[in-house]
Amino acid sequence: MEQVRERPVLDVSGLPSVAFGKSNTTWLANVLYMMIEGTMFALLFASYFYLRTRTDSWPPVQDPPLLTYGVINGIVFLLSLIPARYAQKVAPTGDRGRIRLALTGLALFAIVNMVLRGFELANLNCRWYDNAYGSIMWSLIGLHTGHLITEFIETVSILGIAFTPKMEGTRLADVAINSDYWYFVVGSAVLMDFIIYGTTRFL
Amino acid sequence: MIAASSPMHAAAVLASFFQGEHNSLHPAGPFSSNIEWLYWVIFWIVFVAFVLTILAFARASAKTYSRAEEMLPIMKDEEGDRKTKWAVGTAITVTVLTLFAVLFMSVITGKKVEGMSSSNPVTIQITGHQWWWEVIYPNPQADQTVITANEIHIPVGKPVVILTSSADVIHSFWAPSVHGKRDLIPGYSSAFWIQVDQPGTYPGRCAEFCGLQHAHMGFSIIAEDEATFEAWEQQQLKPAPDPTDAEAQHGREVFLTHTCVMCHTIRGTDAGSRVGPDLTHLASRNMIAAETLPNTTGALAGWIVDPQRIKPGNKMTPNPLAPDDLNALVTYLRTLQ
Amino acid sequence: MAISEPIVLPHATDEVRLARTWAQPRGFWGWFMNVHHTAIGVRFMVTSFIFFLLGGVLAAMIRLQLSRPENHAIGPDLYNQIFTIHGSTMIFLFAVPMMFQGFGVYVVPLICGTRNIAFPRLNAFSYYIYVVGGLLLWVGLFLKTGADAGWFAYTPLSGPQFTPGKRSDFWAQMITFTEVSALGVAICLATTILRQRAPGMTLNRMPIILWEKLVLSFMVIFAMPAVMVVSSMLLMDRTINTQFFNPANGGDVLLYQHLFWFFGHPEVYIIFLPGAAIVSTLVPVFARRHIFGHLAIVTSVVATGFLGFGVWVHHMFATGIPQMSASFFTAATLMIVIPTAVQFYCWIATIWNGRLQMKLPMLWVFGFFFVFLIGGLSGVMLASVPVDWQVHDTFFVVAHFHYVLIGGALFPMFAGLYYWIPKITGRMMSDLLGKVHFWLFFIGFNMTFFTMHFLGLRGMPRRVYTYPPEMHWGGLNMLASVGALFMAAGLIVFIVNFFQSKATGTLAGPNPWAAGSLDWATSSPPPEYNFAELLTVNGREPLWDNAPNQPIVSGVRDDIPEVLITNSLDSEPQHKDEMPGASIWPFLTSITVSIAFIWSIFSPWGIAYGAIPVVITLIGWLWPRGHSPAPRQPALEGRWSK
Repeated sequence: MEQVRERPVLDVSGLPSVAFGKSNTTWLANVLYMMIEGTMFALLFASYFYLRTRTDSWPPVQDPPLLTYGVINGIVFLLSLIPARYAQKVAPTGDRGRIRLALTGLALFAIVNMVLRGFELANLNCRWYDNAYGSIMWSLIGLHTGHLITEFIETVSILGIAFTPKMEGTRLADVAINSDYWYFVVGSAVLMDFIIYGTTRFL
Repeated sequence: MIAASSPMHAAAVLASFFQGEHNSLHPAGPFSSNIEWLYWVIFWIVFVAFVLTILAFARASAKTYSRAEEMLPIMKDEEGDRKTKWAVGTAITVTVLTLFAVLFMSVITGKKVEGMSSSNPVTIQITGHQWWWEVIYPNPQADQTVITANEIHIPVGKPVVILTSSADVIHSFWAPSVHGKRDLIPGYSSAFWIQVDQPGTYPGRCAEFCGLQHAHMGFSIIAEDEATFEAWEQQQLKPAPDPTDAEAQHGREVFLTHTCVMCHTIRGTDAGSRVGPDLTHLASRNMIAAETLPNTTGALAGWIVDPQRIKPGNKMTPNPLAPDDLNALVTYLRTLQ
Repeated sequence: MAISEPIVLPHATDEVRLARTWAQPRGFWGWFMNVHHTAIGVRFMVTSFIFFLLGGVLAAMIRLQLSRPENHAIGPDLYNQIFTIHGSTMIFLFAVPMMFQGFGVYVVPLICGTRNIAFPRLNAFSYYIYVVGGLLLWVGLFLKTGADAGWFAYTPLSGPQFTPGKRSDFWAQMITFTEVSALGVAICLATTILRQRAPGMTLNRMPIILWEKLVLSFMVIFAMPAVMVVSSMLLMDRTINTQFFNPANGGDVLLYQHLFWFFGHPEVYIIFLPGAAIVSTLVPVFARRHIFGHLAIVTSVVATGFLGFGVWVHHMFATGIPQMSASFFTAATLMIVIPTAVQFYCWIATIWNGRLQMKLPMLWVFGFFFVFLIGGLSGVMLASVPVDWQVHDTFFVVAHFHYVLIGGALFPMFAGLYYWIPKITGRMMSDLLGKVHFWLFFIGFNMTFFTMHFLGLRGMPRRVYTYPPEMHWGGLNMLASVGALFMAAGLIVFIVNFFQSKATGTLAGPNPWAAGSLDWATSSPPPEYNFAELLTVNGREPLWDNAPNQPIVSGVRDDIPEVLITNSLDSEPQHKDEMPGASIWPFLTSITVSIAFIWSIFSPWGIAYGAIPVVITLIGWLWPRGHSPAPRQPALEGRWSK
C-alpha cells in the first residue's frame, strides 16, 4: 500500500483569464514603453533648452514656425481624445460593432492629424541642416511624427482584428491599452507644440 | 627586445617610478603642489579604509571558516546580529564622515588651485590643432604678438594665464608637474593660471584622444628667469633675417617654391599660412614635430622628406626633395634662430 | 520540508502534459522559434561570452603594442580601431548582455517561481537584435573601416568632419541595436518581477536579486534613451547634415558629452549592480544563513539606482566647468559610495555571524571583495576635482575602471557561472580547475592593472598607440602586458573546465548548494515548464523558510501554456495569462528591423522604406492565433476600470 500524503493547495482555478486595467501585463508593458519614449522626449526638450543657451537669439536667424497648422492640429489632437476614450469604455463590453466604430473614429482623426502634420512640416520655416536650432526642431517634430504614424498603424491593425471573431478575450484589453498610447501621443503633442510654437516666440 | 636587459637594469627602472618632471607627484609649482598634497591625503585615507575592510573580511572568514565538504545546515545568530548592528552602524557613520572630509578638502584645494591674482600677468593663448600646439602671446599690437608652436616659455616664479581654444577637435593641455589638465574644446574658451617655481623644462602631452597622432602631440613649458624670458620674447618678435650665405639663400628659395608655403609662416618672407606651425624661429626650439623629434639637422631632414613615416596620418605631406635642395633647405631653416 | 521529497497527493499538474504544452520546437528552424527563457538566457550568456573573448583578443593586441616604447606592431589607424572596439565590445556586447540580459533572463523567472518570462517573444527578439548589433560593429573592424573614435566617440572627432566614411556610423547604429535589445529585456524582466512572482512572495520577501533586476530595468528604461538620442544625433550629423555638435552653426560639443554621460554613468551601475546582487545571493548560501541587513541592502540597491543618475558630470571635470557645479558632482559621487559601503558591511556581517564554506563560487566572491574595493577607493580619489585634473584621461583612470568593472562584474560573473552552470547543464564543474582559473586570473589581473595606477600618475595618457622611451614607461608597460598572458591562461582553463564538466562532470541534482531560492526547487537542468508544481512562499529564502505543509498552487491549466499573474505588492493571485507559444516572428522581425537600421546608415530613406517590411512582420507577430480547444472565458461586463 502506498503512503498517501495530503497537502494544502492554493486553488486559483476560479481566476479569470482576461484582465482589464492595471492588472493586465500588456498595460504594464505599455506604461514602461511610454516611460522610455517619454524620457526620449524629455531629453530632446532638455537639449533644446541647452542649445538655446548657446546662441544670442532664438530662433537664431529664421522666423518661428507658422502658427496656423500647429494650432489646428493641436485642437484636432485634443478632439481625438473623444473616440479614444470611447474605445476604452466599450472595450470591456465585447461589443465588436461599437469597438469598430470607436477605432474607425480614432483612425480617421489620426489621418487628419497626419495630413495636418505634413503642413506643419512644410511651414516650420527652418531646415534640419540650417543650424542646430533647425536640427532640434526637426528632431522634436520627427520623433513625435514617428509615434503618430506607429500609433495609426497599430490602431488600424486592431481595427482589422475587430472585423474578425478573434476580437475577444485579451484582444479587448488591447483595444483599451491602445487608447492609453494615444493619450501619450496627444500629451506629447501638446508639450511639443508648446515648445515648437510657443517658446520660439518668447525665449 | 625586453626593455630591462638585466635584473639591475630592471631594478633601476622600477626605482625610477617617481622620477622625472612629467609626473603628477613631482610638482614644480603651487598648483601642482596643492593637488599633490590633496592626492596624498586622500590616498592615505583610502589606504586605511582598504586595510580595515580587508582585515574585517579576513577576521570574519577566519572566525567562521568550515572545511566541511557537504553544505552545512542553515543557522541563525540573533545575538551576534544584534551586536553587529552597532558595528555596522558605526562603520557607516565613520564612512559618511570620512567622505565629508574628502569633499571638504577637495573643495578647499579646488579653490586654492583656482584662485590667483596678479596684475599684468603673462598671458598665453593655446590653440589645439591636430597634432600640434599653436602658442600665441597676445598683444593689442600685432608686432608685439609672439607667435610660436609647441614650446612655451614663461618667467619662473610668476603666475601666468593660459587661455584655451581648439581649431578642430577636443584636445587637452597637460603638463603634470605644472598643473592638472584642461580640455581645449572647439566653440569654448577657458582660462586658468599656471606657475612654475623652479627653472627647467617641463614636458606636457595632449591628454584627450584626438585622432591618429594623439600619441605624438607633446609640448614643453620652459620656465626661466625674467631676463632670459624677456630676451626670448624679444627674439621671437623679430622677423626672420635674410640669409647671408648662398646655400641658405637657395634653401629659402626651395621653401618659397615648394608646398611648404601652403601651411607654414616665416615672418620676413611672403609665406603667411597659418595651417601649420609658425616656423619663423624654428631653430630656437629644442624639439620638432610637437616634441617628437630632437631639433637636429638629421631629424629635421628626415621629417621634411617623410613626415608620414614618423607620424603616420598627420597633415604634412611627404616632400621628396633632391639632396641638394634638401640640404639647402635645412641649412636655411637652421638660421631661423 | 524538502521539495525533493516525492509528493504523492494531490497532483496539481500532470508533468507529461506540462512537458507537451511547454515543449519548444526542435530542429534547425525550431531553434529560431524558441521562446523559453532558459534557452534565450543561455544564448545571451554564450554569445556575450564569445564577445568577451573577442574583446579580450583586442586587449591582448593593445598590450602587445604597448609592451615596448615606440613599438611598431600595430599602426595608429588600426590601434585606434582596436581600442575603440575593445571598449565598445566589452561594455555594449558583453557586460550588459551577460550581467543584465543573460543572468536576468535565465534566473529571474525561476527565482520568481513562474514558468516563463513575461513577453517571451519580445525576449527572443531582443536576443536576435543584439547579435546583429554586435556583428555590425565587428564587420566594420574586419572591413578596416571600424569605429575608431573611442568607445564614447566624442564629437567633433567622431563627427562628419574628422571621421569620414562609415566608421562612427557602425558604432552609432550598434548602439541602437543593443539599446533596443536591453530595453526589450527590461520590459520583460520588470513585468515578470512585478506580476509573476509566486504567491506569498511579497515585496518584503522578494530576494535581493529580483530587487536589483527591477531597479536595473528602470535604470535601463531611463538611461538607454539618452544614448539612443545622442547616437542618433551623431548619426544624423554624419548622414543628413544636422548641426547638433557643430559649434560653427549653433551646435555644441559639450551637448554630446552631457547626453552621453547621462547614459554612460548609469550604464556602469547597470554593469555593477548585477555583480553586487550575485554577491548578495551567494554570500547567504555560503555563509549558511539569511543575509544580514536585507532591508539595508535593498535600500542601497534602490538608492544606487537613483544616485547613479546624478553624477555624470564627474566625467567632464576637465572641460572647464565652474567649480561650484563641479563640487556638486563631487558631493554626489562621494554620496554614491555610501550605499555600496553599506552592502560591503552587510556582507562582512553575514560572514562574521555565519559559517563560511569557501566553495568555488565563494572564492570568486572574495576576489570581487578585494578587486572591487580597490576600484571603488580609487574612484573616491577620482571624485575629487583637483586630483581628477591630474589623473583624468590617464592610465590611472584605465586602472580604476578595470578594477570596478572587472572586480564589480567579471569576478561576480564567474562566481555566478560556477554557481549556476550546475543548474543550467546539470553537472558540477571541476573544483581544481576552477581554483587554477581563479589564481591565474587574479594574479594576472592585478599585475596588469595595478601597474597602470603608477603609469597614470607618471603622466601616461590613455589611448596612445605608442610612447617615447625617454618617459621611462617601458618597464611598467611590459609588466602590464605580461599580466595579460596570465589572464588569458586562466580563461583557457575555464573554457576547458566548462566543456569537460558539461560532458563528464558529477551530476548536480536539483540543489547542490542547499540554497534557499526557488531556482533550486527544480531539477538541473530545469524542464521546459520550469517547475513540476508551482510553489507558494513563506520567507525570503523559500527553501529554507517554507512551512512543512507549504501550499502548492493548483488551478493553473497544464493543457495551454498558462501562468499565474499576481499583484505587485503582495503577490496575491489576480488572474491567469496564456503565454504565446513558439513563434518565428521575433526572428523575422529582427531581420526586418536590422535591414531598416542598417539601410539608414547608408541612406536616410532606409528608415522610411525599411519600415514597411517591419510593419508586416510586426503584424504577423501580433496577429492573434487560434488556440486551445477549451473555450476562453467571456469578456467582463461593466465599466472600464483601472
